[in-house]
Amino acid sequence: MSTVSVRIPTILRTYTGGESEVKADGATLREVISDLDAGYAGIAARILDDGGKIRRFVNVYVGDEDVRFADGLDTATPAGSQVSIIPAVAGG
Amino acid sequence: MALDAADLGPATALVCRECGEKYDLGPRYACEQCFGPLEISYDFAGVSREAIEAGPRNIWRYRGLLPVPSNVESTPNTEPGLTRLVRADHLAESLGMQRLWVKDDSGNPTHSFKDRVVAVALAAARELGFKVLACPSTGNLANAVAAAAARAGIRSAVFVPSDLEQQKIIVTAVYGGTFVTVRGNYDDVNRLASEIAGEQDDWAFVNVNVRPYYAEGSKTLGYEIAEQLGWRLPDQIVIPIASGSQLTKIDKAFQEFIKLGLVEDKPYKVFGAQATGCSPVAAAFKAGHDVVRPVKPATIAKSLAIGNPADGPYVLDVVRRTGGAIEDVSDAEVVEGIRLLAATEGIFGETAGGVTVACLRKLVSTGALDPEAETVIINSGDGLKTLDAVAPVVGPSAEIAPTLEDFRASGLA
Ligand SMILES: Cc1ncc(COP(=O)(O)O)c(C=O)c1O
Repeated sequence: MSTVSVRIPTILRTYTGGESEVKADGATLREVISDLDAGYAGIAARILDDGGKIRRFVNVYVGDEDVRFADGLDTATPAGSQVSIIPAVAGG
Repeated sequence: MALDAADLGPATALVCRECGEKYDLGPRYACEQCFGPLEISYDFAGVSREAIEAGPRNIWRYRGLLPVPSNVESTPNTEPGLTRLVRADHLAESLGMQRLWVKDDSGNPTHSFKDRVVAVALAAARELGFKVLACPSTGNLANAVAAAAARAGIRSAVFVPSDLEQQKIIVTAVYGGTFVTVRGNYDDVNRLASEIAGEQDDWAFVNVNVRPYYAEGSKTLGYEIAEQLGWRLPDQIVIPIASGSQLTKIDKAFQEFIKLGLVEDKPYKVFGAQATGCSPVAAAFKAGHDVVRPVKPATIAKSLAIGNPADGPYVLDVVRRTGGAIEDVSDAEVVEGIRLLAATEGIFGETAGGVTVACLRKLVSTGALDPEAETVIINSGDGLKTLDAVAPVVGPSAEIAPTLEDFRASGLA
């Protein structure tokens, strides 16, 4: 089981009691999100849509890589990875 | 932050474009339910052609349609807008078109349409109690934010990709302020800015945490085009796409003018323009998709090099709803587009303008755009900021000695 660090965006910090960075376990992003939800009930449903896919206005990074360029929810999350969840409605 | 005292003019609330969740006006930008972008809703009152025409000769003539305080003109700002709408007969002729106009937004204070969005963001950021004006930028926004903050007498914090055009680095640095080059592409810089925005409570990243307000500034391009055409809408309009915000807001402006009865309701087609080296929205359009697959940009049109465009899905909606199309062109065509606009109309656009002109040409040749119908294209930035694009392909006709003999011998008479 690998432990990773997850950066939480402002709008989800109500779930983490204001924490901007939390730990979670999982070998893939899918497992990390489900472990997050075990600790912070309801947070997964904010990140994933009803079909279980990453919402269209959420960008998730493992390290420097946007997981849409990697394997999406199946992207590997080696121990010590930095996972970042970021609203996509920015830029330009 | 003292929101009670905030005066945001006719703005009444923030509403999620995806799920419809409603929020009070404030320093929010993404929906807490679904991460969708928040859009400003309004209660317009007292907007008429006469009231607008009596207003100042800048974007504040449309103040009654923007999320800004009623005294916005009296606080120091760059006063952008009311740029010229140029009848482009020579360009039209060379493309076999009838009635063509260029909205030349290189005439803004820092020479791109970004002064419009920044002016609105600055006004809103002040009302919302922010202390620093910040942004991630592909270049033009960096210029506009640094200048606007200098004018307003507040601190700026600007982040750009380190491989940006030298001209854009210099014209940003000259205004002072905090200016950081980041070793990465725009999408990397954008991500960093989103993370910093989560830490620095009193920094207004204009296109991140005050984006709902900022984006409304692009509506003024649409308002001006309609007013300058004599209070009517064009049949077709071609707009460059980076994040896609400008395109969606020009459409919003036309829709608002129709609803307010300021122009006659008529169909118009919205066309989008991208460089092939960064064409995620054009690719989605052509493939019939309604989601946009991010790409890693590789094009000389750096101001448009956003590989993960936030407003991409909404651009697709607007273009499909109005019966337009989205085209993309190679870097060589971009350079040709810059030269064509300069040589036919005396307007030196930056690479984004080259993209737009080259896409116009392509849209005419594919038949997607009607050469008989009245068309407006946007030149959103100034060629002096992207000199490298044309430097290899233009130059003097000859070099001669200061003698009449040499001039005659040159064969240029
Ligand atoms: C000159 C120029 N034109 C057009 C655009 C596209 O703007 P948008 O991100 O609103 O699509 C930009 C954006 O950076 C720009 O700098």
